[in-house]
Formats: sequence, structure tokens, C-alpha cells
Amino acid sequence: MSIQPKTFRTTPFSIAAWIWAASLVVAPLLYIVSISFLSRGPYGGVQSPLTLTNYTRMTDGSMALTLLLSLGRSVALAGFSTVLCIFVGFPLALFLVFRAGRWRNALFFLLIIPFWTNFLIRTYAWMVILSDNGWLNHVLEILGLGPQYLHWLFTPQAVLLGMFYNYLPYMAMSLYVSVEKLDTKLLEAAADLGAGPVRRFFQVTLPLSVPGLVAGSIMVFIPSLGEFVIPDILGGGTNLFVGNLLAQQFLTVRHWPFGSALSVILIILIGACLVALEKVTKGHSEDLIA
Amino acid sequence: MSTIRRWASGFGVFLIYVFLFLPMVVLVALSFNNASRGTQWQGFTFSWYEKLSENQAILEALSRSLEIAVEATLLSAFLGLCVGISMSRTHGFRKTILQKLATLPIVLPEIVQGLSLLCFFVWLTIPLGEFSVVIAHTAFGTAYVATLVKARLTAMDPLLEEAAADLGATQSKILVKITLPQLWPAMVSGMLMVFTLSFDDFIVAFFTAGVGATTLPLKIYSMLKFGVSPEVNALSALILCASFLLVTMAFWNQNKRERKFEI
Repeated sequence: MSIQPKTFRTTPFSIAAWIWAASLVVAPLLYIVSISFLSRGPYGGVQSPLTLTNYTRMTDGSMALTLLLSLGRSVALAGFSTVLCIFVGFPLALFLVFRAGRWRNALFFLLIIPFWTNFLIRTYAWMVILSDNGWLNHVLEILGLGPQYLHWLFTPQAVLLGMFYNYLPYMAMSLYVSVEKLDTKLLEAAADLGAGPVRRFFQVTLPLSVPGLVAGSIMVFIPSLGEFVIPDILGGGTNLFVGNLLAQQFLTVRHWPFGSALSVILIILIGACLVALEKVTKGHSEDLIA
Repeated sequence: MSTIRRWASGFGVFLIYVFLFLPMVVLVALSFNNASRGTQWQGFTFSWYEKLSENQAILEALSRSLEIAVEATLLSAFLGLCVGISMSRTHGFRKTILQKLATLPIVLPEIVQGLSLLCFFVWLTIPLGEFSVVIAHTAFGTAYVATLVKARLTAMDPLLEEAAADLGATQSKILVKITLPQLWPAMVSGMLMVFTLSFDDFIVAFFTAGVGATTLPLKIYSMLKFGVSPEVNALSALILCASFLLVTMAFWNQNKRERKFEI
């Protein structure tokens, strides 16, 4: 008699799991990688023969410049918004964990609520606030800082503000989770040994929050890299980011092979960022053990 | 000194929350504003809510979005359960691969997912419409459910299943009576997450919806791009109210449960 297994059979689940992984994760990605080596068809489709022109096109003259500029802008924007989110989200997380007391849960839930309104609607609200005839200029006028109407909307600053606004809760939440796990005895010990608040922050709280910082940065930086809606609405589509360039190639220009080649570059860039961030966490945890 | 610092930090946090909620306040205020253009206050009115209730295009988009979200949630729940179980119950090489693949839809930017699925659907000659959006949402929704299910399974006591087997439970009985009930909380939060992500999704739908299947975010986008009507404000205020109610209920429920555990 064979031994009765101590759990249920997992084969049926595995079959469904691999069907999902193969057909909805791997296949679409492999498909755009492969069409990035094809040529554009007469009606916007794709056709053979195999070619490298989509990649070589990125290195010549004006296209190289456009691409480099948009990549640079995207990386700079994503970097800036990540740093801004850390600078505001960290104090917020510290406050929620250490100072908020009985308001802690309520404040945490208030952080989630803006998430539940549509992302476009949130961004549209900023459009209303920042427009030339908008609320910000009205308030400035009332405060006596007007009446010369300032331009806020359709500037790079407006795009940065929109990114910061939309991604701040992600950063604050992942830092909150990390700070919440922090053993307060370590802070007490540091205080007993004579470390001031600044030193306690830099030598205890900050190193122990690195996992939260990394997770938060992944949640802010990676989606920011491909963001194209916020630049489109708050930036007026004037400054092209990689996301806008991609959307344009697929929807307006309808050059799918070139668009695919661009997305392959974006995927490689993101992969490199993820590997780098993983290195940071790994190296860091080894530091702590040593 | 320390009280001053306490007040200062409290005030700073207060300002952050003002910043977070400012857009919501603006939208609610504008939804009652008696002006068809511009943002200056022109008096109180309910007319945008009345106009909204008569706007067939918006209501149709709303019901289509709800339909897509429900279908994508159910599909993702089923597939996410399968992926979660096989991620935690297989070992070695296959486990690593499956885990990496299951994080891909979470870390890849939506634009890459949207356009790769668009090309893929066109290649397979799957018509773009409601169906393709449901499939596209299931593609990433499954990954979220799977991650939560896997976390729950890892934290679960394997002895419970063994005990059930020792007491003579059949395999299907173990699954239905022991494992699935314990996975229920993870499934519920996963499904809530997928529902929200799907209902809120603009980018993936933007690429995969085609011409016919205008979801609510797509409708809102076209309204933003080609002339805003204050009906959008009324709609956003309503969505905001509904979410506020839901989140408050969840919060209240959780508090109640925590208190019960304290006794």
C-alpha cells in the first residue's frame, strides 16, 4: 500500500499557474522582443525580414538626441520624485509610528483614501488648482502676491508635483511597515549610551529602514520611469518622456517594431535598476550581520 | 523645547494631509459650483448631479468598468489561488522561475504591459474590446492575488493538513476544509486589490480596449482632453464618498475584530 500523502495534490493548480505564466506574462513580452527585430508593414502592422534597423536607428543623429533627452528626462523626473517622496514620507512614517499614539490607525487609513479615487481624477484636480485661472493663483492674489498670473500648469514642476502627489502614499506606506517593525529597545539602548536624536536616527533608525526605503523606491521609481499620463495631463505633452515617446510610436506613428525596440530598452533599464537596488539591500544586510 | 518640537512635527504632518486631501476638497467644492466653465465660485447647485444621472455615456462607461472589474477579479482570484499554491508547494528551479514570473506584472510599468498585450492580442487576432481588457487585467491581477496567497500559505501551520490526513481526510477534503478556509483572508484582500486596480486602471485599458469598450477611466480621460464638463466633478465626488464609506467600514470592522481578540 502506498503512503497516503499528507496534503492535497498540487498538479492541477500548477498546470493552471503555468498556463497563466506562459500565456499572459512570458508570451506578450517575448512577442514584443521578437517584433522589435521586424520591419514595419505597409498598414502599420509588422512584417519580415529580420532586421536590426530599429536598434541602429536609435543611434543616428536626431533620433539619438530625442531618445537620450527623453530617457534623461524620465530618469531625472523619476529620481527627483523618489527623493521628494523619501524626504516627506520618512518623517511622516516616523510620526505615525512614534508620535501619533491612538490616532495611528486612523491616520494610516487617511493615507489610503486618496488612492481610492481615480488616478485621473486626482491628477485632474491638480489641473484645476494649477491652471492660470485656478485656485492657486486666486489664493496668491488674495494674499497680495498677485495679480500677475503665474504659469503653473504645463511646466516640468507641475509634472513633478503630480508624480510626487500620486506616489507619496506608496513610499510612506512601505516606510511605515519598515519603521513599525523597528525594535524600540535599540533606540533606548542608543539613548542610554549617550547618542543624541540625530545620531540615533542615522545609526539606528535609518540603517534598519533600508528594506522599506528600497521597497518604496521600487514602487515609486519604476512606475515613474514609464509614466506617460501625468506628463500628458499636467505637462501638456510638451516635454516628451520615454512613456510619451512609446505611446506615440504605438498609437500615433503606428511604428510597432520601433516602439517595441524602445520598450525593450526601457525593460533593460528597469531590470538594471532592480538588480542595482537588490544589490543595495543584499550588501546592506551583510553589513548588519558583520 | 520638546513641546515646541512636538507641535511643529504635528503641524508638519497636518500640512502633508492637507496636501493629500486638497484635490479631493477642490473636486467636491466644484461639483456644487454653479458655473459651467472656470473654477471661480458662482453659487451652490445640485444640477451637475442631475445632469450626471442623465448622462448615458458616463453611466454606460461606469457599468462597463464595474463589469470588467468583477470579471477580472473572479478570474484573477481563481488563477492567483493556483499560482500562489504552486509557488509555495513546488520546489527548486520551477519555484524560482514561477516566483520571478509572478513578480513581473507587479514591477513592470503598466505602459509596457499594456502595449505588449496590445501587440499580442493583435497577433492572435483577439478582437480588442471588453474581453481583451478583462484578460489584460487578469494578467496583472493574478500576480497580486498569488503574492498574497503565497504569503499566507508560508505562514500557515503545515501540521494542520497532516493532522487532517492522519485523521483520514481525503485530499479534496483537506483542500476544502483545511487549506481554503485559511486562505480566505488573503483571497479577500487580494480580490479587493484587483477590483480597485481594475476599476481604476487607465493605462492598460488605454492600449487594450480598442474603440468600442470605453471604460470609466477612458471616458474621464477623453473628457479631460476634449473639454471638461463639471459632471466629472460630481462623478468624482460620488466615487470619493463611496470609497470613504468603504474604507471607513473596513477600518471600523478591523478595530472591532482587534478588540474582540483583546478580550
